[in-house]
Amino acid sequence: MPEEHYVNEDYGIRSWLLTKDHKRIAILYLISITFFFAVGGLMATMIRVHLLTPTGNLVSPDNYNKLFTMHGVMMVFFFLVPSIPATLGNFLMPLMVGAKDLAFPKINLASWYIFMIGGAVTLYALVAGGVDTGWTFYTPFSTVYSNTHVVTAVIGIFFAGFSSILTGLNFIVTVHRMRAPGLTWFRLPLFVWSMYATSIIMMLGTPVIAITLSLVGLERVFHLGIFNPALGGDPVLFQHMFWFYSHPAVYIMILPGMGAISEIVSTFSRKPVFGYKFVAFSSLAIAVFGFLVWGHHLFTAGMSIYAALLFSLISFLVAIPSAIKTFAWTATMYKGSISYKTPMLYVFGFLGLFCIGGLTGLFLAAVGLDIHMQDTYFVVAHFHYIMVGGMVMAYLGGLHYWWPKMTGRMYPEAWAKLSALIVFVGFNLTFFPQFILGYMGMPRRYATYPPEFQVLHVLSTAGASILALGYLLPMVYFIWSLRYGQVAGPNPWGATGLEWKTTSPPHKHNFDETPVVTEEPYHYTPELEREARFV
Amino acid sequence: MRQGLSETIISPDSRDEALHSGHHPDLQHHFDDMEQQKEASSLGMWVFLAQEIMFFGGLFLLYLIYRMNYYPVFAMASSSIDVKWGAINTVVLIGSSLTMAMAVHSAQLGHRKLLVLFLVGTIILGGVFLGIKAKEYTDKYNERHIPGMENFHFEPEAGLNGVTPEVSEALSRNEGFQRTARIFFSLYFVMTGTHALHMIVGIGILIPMVVLAWKGRYDSSYYTPIENFGLYWHFVDIVWIFLFPLLYLINRTPHIG
Repeated sequence: MPEEHYVNEDYGIRSWLLTKDHKRIAILYLISITFFFAVGGLMATMIRVHLLTPTGNLVSPDNYNKLFTMHGVMMVFFFLVPSIPATLGNFLMPLMVGAKDLAFPKINLASWYIFMIGGAVTLYALVAGGVDTGWTFYTPFSTVYSNTHVVTAVIGIFFAGFSSILTGLNFIVTVHRMRAPGLTWFRLPLFVWSMYATSIIMMLGTPVIAITLSLVGLERVFHLGIFNPALGGDPVLFQHMFWFYSHPAVYIMILPGMGAISEIVSTFSRKPVFGYKFVAFSSLAIAVFGFLVWGHHLFTAGMSIYAALLFSLISFLVAIPSAIKTFAWTATMYKGSISYKTPMLYVFGFLGLFCIGGLTGLFLAAVGLDIHMQDTYFVVAHFHYIMVGGMVMAYLGGLHYWWPKMTGRMYPEAWAKLSALIVFVGFNLTFFPQFILGYMGMPRRYATYPPEFQVLHVLSTAGASILALGYLLPMVYFIWSLRYGQVAGPNPWGATGLEWKTTSPPHKHNFDETPVVTEEPYHYTPELEREARFV
Repeated sequence: MRQGLSETIISPDSRDEALHSGHHPDLQHHFDDMEQQKEASSLGMWVFLAQEIMFFGGLFLLYLIYRMNYYPVFAMASSSIDVKWGAINTVVLIGSSLTMAMAVHSAQLGHRKLLVLFLVGTIILGGVFLGIKAKEYTDKYNERHIPGMENFHFEPEAGLNGVTPEVSEALSRNEGFQRTARIFFSLYFVMTGTHALHMIVGIGILIPMVVLAWKGRYDSSYYTPIENFGLYWHFVDIVWIFLFPLLYLINRTPHIG
């Protein structure tokens, strides 16, 4: 271990809560979002236990509504959106571009405080009685009829959104203005490209949800009627405004994962990423096209057939850049020297599950099929394959991959492989039955169901229990590794990229002197092979 | 060494120069030189303003859609707002943009007293704007045009828009008409309110800035905060330049009959 690094550079709670070091802020975020993930996961567990029996015996139907609402709100706004950007992104972006910090360290710290205020307000809404509108807050139910803490939750989400705007702003400026000498755009790691694309969506999408949810709050308090049909307002307009953010937000949630996958797949295949420029630009293409497809959430809400046709077409088009990436990753592995380390196992999991999630997305983008599938478990299974099967897999893969860099110590490989396997099996057992359930007509958000669906629901619940174990294991062995893990050294994987050219963990200013980049990205050399002690 | 798309890559030579020439006291540790720091801050502000455009864009979209859907009602409701005060406020706000621009200019030249003077001028004009806005809101309150209140009531002015006294009388008792008028006033208050909130935040930033300017915090080698705040202030001004015609002016008195 290096003598001086960002963890032992100063001690005490103040040195953490007032830090402006991007690495420490990343750790603060890591702890916070793990907590919110646990809260959201707890509610998922209760949902699955409730659905063990057709009549649903655990909670009342009202409380069931609150459970899935708060599960969605917690997981989307307080885990998935900040997951990779705020933790790995915060930690790695300055390292990857060879800078001492993000462009605005104070704003970075402020974003964490704003995030925590949002989290606290939302948690208050939860304990004060919850919200039952679904995470989508559809009007007029959310503005007129619901008797729950809608306004509080909306304020919490507003704060979370503000925090993600500040994170995106910091990343965009950092990529433009803080790159090390010689680090041209096409020498950047693909993780940086995907974080850049993510940041664009954060900047242009989040303010729209901010104003939309503010209006929901105002409408509820002052009975404005902008989205209330009884007062002449248009509830479908709310849905347009909501999905104008919330569909691009899906790409906020998956693009960073794709960035992590690009890094991992190259390192463990010992090959440059196939079609670097295509992968880089496909991130931007996803960010741009992602803004033009929101209408596919409204096929059944009342929409002209021409609009539906166009939204359907563009939704199909957005599959192209995702497919480019998937093929590029596969081609990267082709004739590569593949090592089956834990991060790579998560890559395999990601590829399979993301393909299933993405392709079923095309089912739903097809207007005719969507009319039947809308609001069924098919949709639930589809987006969990992307969000959990895709993003959480990539997040865990990235966390394992960069853990030695963040802590200076290796995680226990055998345990980690076991947990990757458990996560994969548990995930599929949880959500594959939901595809079948949805196809058979089980609507989402129902607290009860016909008895013939019970077998599939029990399978799903059983899978969720396995999945929970798969998530608990890393929490235990990551903490264990902080003390007992093998010392990693600066570059345990023999990876390229500037973050591996400094000590693990890095010291406060990241680099002893500003690195000068003279190589193309993912340039593997014999020296790197000698450094790769853990591959 | 290959040069990339960006012009900002700093050669190792200029880094060394910065190291040897001694740092500017306002240079933060993670930047190489003042130029990089200034460019980062200014890009940050532009990106932030892009975000603001999307924020107000959502409101403009809502307003335009409802204006198209309920055009006659919106025209009648629009003509109940006093153009005189809106026009005065437009002049006041443009004036404050002028003083702000002069403040940036004074900062660039390093004229401390002029800088403070123009910043104070901007605060005063911003305050005048908010004062007039408050007067307009009070008028709306007295006219019972507040959408959230029980006693909301909108009676279109007879003689305008081809509305006869009988029609006006009938409309003022028509529930559907009242509901739609409420949507206009809801949007009016949300849009001007959000704008006013941005002004209040702006003034909140200006006040400490005046104190710092008085203490000589800014000079010709370091005035980025002033310049960036100027961008923000002009942006808020531009939002009003769109709000004023949309809410007060366009097709205010068409013949609807």
